[in-house]
Amino acid sequence: MTAGAPANPMKSMKLTLGPVLFNWQPEVWRDFYFRIADEAAVDTVAVGEVVCSKRMPFFDDHLPAVIERLTVAGKQVLVSSLALITLERERRRTEELARDPDFIVEANDVTCLAHLAGRPHAIGPFVNVYNEGTARWFAAQGAQSICLPPELPLSSIAAIAAATPEVGIEVFAFGRAPLAVSARCYHARLHKLTKDNCRFVCAIDPDGLPVDTLDDEHFLVVNGVQTLAHVCTNLIEDIDDLSKAGVASLRISPQHCDMLGVIRAFRAVLDGRMSPADGLMETATIYPDVPMENGFLRGRPTLAHRAGSVA
Amino acid sequence: MELICPAGTPAALRTAVTAGADAVYCGFADATNARNFPGLNFSRPDMAEGIAYAHRHGAQVLVAVNTFPTAGAQALWHRAVDDAVAAKADALILADIGLVDYAARTHPKQRLHLSVQAAAANPDAISVYVRHFGVRRVVLPRVLSVAEIAAITRAVDCETEVFIFGGLCVMAEGRCSLSTYGTGQSPNMNGVCSPASHVAYREENGALVSRLGDFTINRFAKGEAAAYPTLCKGRFKTALGSGYLFEDPASLDAAEMLPGLLKAGVTALKIEGRQRGRAYIEGVVRGFREQLAALDAGEKQPASRLVAMTEGQASTVGAYRKTWR
Repeated sequence: MTAGAPANPMKSMKLTLGPVLFNWQPEVWRDFYFRIADEAAVDTVAVGEVVCSKRMPFFDDHLPAVIERLTVAGKQVLVSSLALITLERERRRTEELARDPDFIVEANDVTCLAHLAGRPHAIGPFVNVYNEGTARWFAAQGAQSICLPPELPLSSIAAIAAATPEVGIEVFAFGRAPLAVSARCYHARLHKLTKDNCRFVCAIDPDGLPVDTLDDEHFLVVNGVQTLAHVCTNLIEDIDDLSKAGVASLRISPQHCDMLGVIRAFRAVLDGRMSPADGLMETATIYPDVPMENGFLRGRPTLAHRAGSVA
Repeated sequence: MELICPAGTPAALRTAVTAGADAVYCGFADATNARNFPGLNFSRPDMAEGIAYAHRHGAQVLVAVNTFPTAGAQALWHRAVDDAVAAKADALILADIGLVDYAARTHPKQRLHLSVQAAAANPDAISVYVRHFGVRRVVLPRVLSVAEIAAITRAVDCETEVFIFGGLCVMAEGRCSLSTYGTGQSPNMNGVCSPASHVAYREENGALVSRLGDFTINRFAKGEAAAYPTLCKGRFKTALGSGYLFEDPASLDAAEMLPGLLKAGVTALKIEGRQRGRAYIEGVVRGFREQLAALDAGEKQPASRLVAMTEGQASTVGAYRKTWR
């Protein structure tokens, strides 16, 4: 360390922009990443369709240009795999991705491990890494970073990070937490369509389709085959604790709001230019009407009054 | 095809063996297994006695250590693996890759099965567990159609086991945090989903409202049978309408799929319900014994009489039929 360098370990924490989980219009999706490349102070960007293989052809047209632009801008690029792989074409696609030497793959399913053959890769938040034994096993297979499942409490995060200094531990720090994935498409089901003939109705809801309780409390959102929290995980006030726990990077998951602003706020708090409380206020203003929540990290359930009522 | 039956208590184990189970699966009374309910599961001596009883009667015992070990507290799970081996379990059912690694290294001769909670849904994922750890059987997630089960069974170097009856996860198993979100209690970490400790009912203008944690899960009109408020089987509201958004409160009954599963080359058929009583176990095991006997004899299958045994008294074949999706 050079003389006068800041001793603040938060400074060394990195920011990763996770993949867009929702079905955005392809041009909107492309332009979003172009702006991230040009303007956002993130270190790593994960791109690629995670939720539904039927959406892939739309983004494939733009993926090479997006990767190129991000790479030229100095970002580390991860290409994310699907989370649930059952169909033959999904298997083939995953194999092609995992075998491609030009990409660093973010594995969102153990399927990828069959093809990575020890090459450096990242483990995404859809792979179950709940403890140090599992983290060590993935590290031994070539994982350089592991984004832990959003439901892990701080004590688990700290124990895993302490036991596996050889990998960078990442936590899901902003965005609606993914809660489940199914073979069944809830968008298609709600629109009374079959999954095979879904007409891509999930594109109507770029931030998810709200699911409320019968008592008009906000609860969940659905995104095709995926279910996410209505509330937005926001760990901006927990950055100090995460840093002390040995967390190497924070994942920001794209929502339909000013993500450049969200990234600026996280970066400002990491750099010590903004207080965590101001950071929370800033991000809550950017993504209004969605409560900010850190219940998973603190090991407590979400409360209805925190999730808010239907207006 | 082998019939694999649940047992939440030593008495249920004996009932299952008597009723014709080829194997019984059960777990220790702590967070190491995915049915960590009060008053359920086996002490160490119970387990050793239960295994000895089953072996005397020609049945096997598969011990489920199928939650994901808590970071910093893995010893509890390692001890469960060691003790199940010492109790002469015929196989261990494991989900966590670190725990499978531990079991394979520490007990290289022990037969290992991959739990449905590992969500290994295609031949490549399964091959990772077979190649690295010598896993001998995989319990397939309930997201697959019978055609997909057949293709997987052909492609993998291990046996396959599928669920045929009981509670049905709508989401890919082992990858669901809905319960954690609503109650703070996680299937993966705590071995419970939508736990009874967080369930409450209240009367509202003659209707019965069921709640889980702080959220309303369902409302039943007077006279309507009230289903248990499992989060994914509640009624919810959206701009496109209200109702059972994810799945009706129905249970799996794949009796009519047995010929297809046999043809698919499936080794073992699993009945869900370690939390259920002896009457359920006896009825379901005997029902499927009859079905399998008819299948073996090339006779017409008897009509399934098990609908009374299902939760909510409604059944589905779930993802086994592709249109479910």
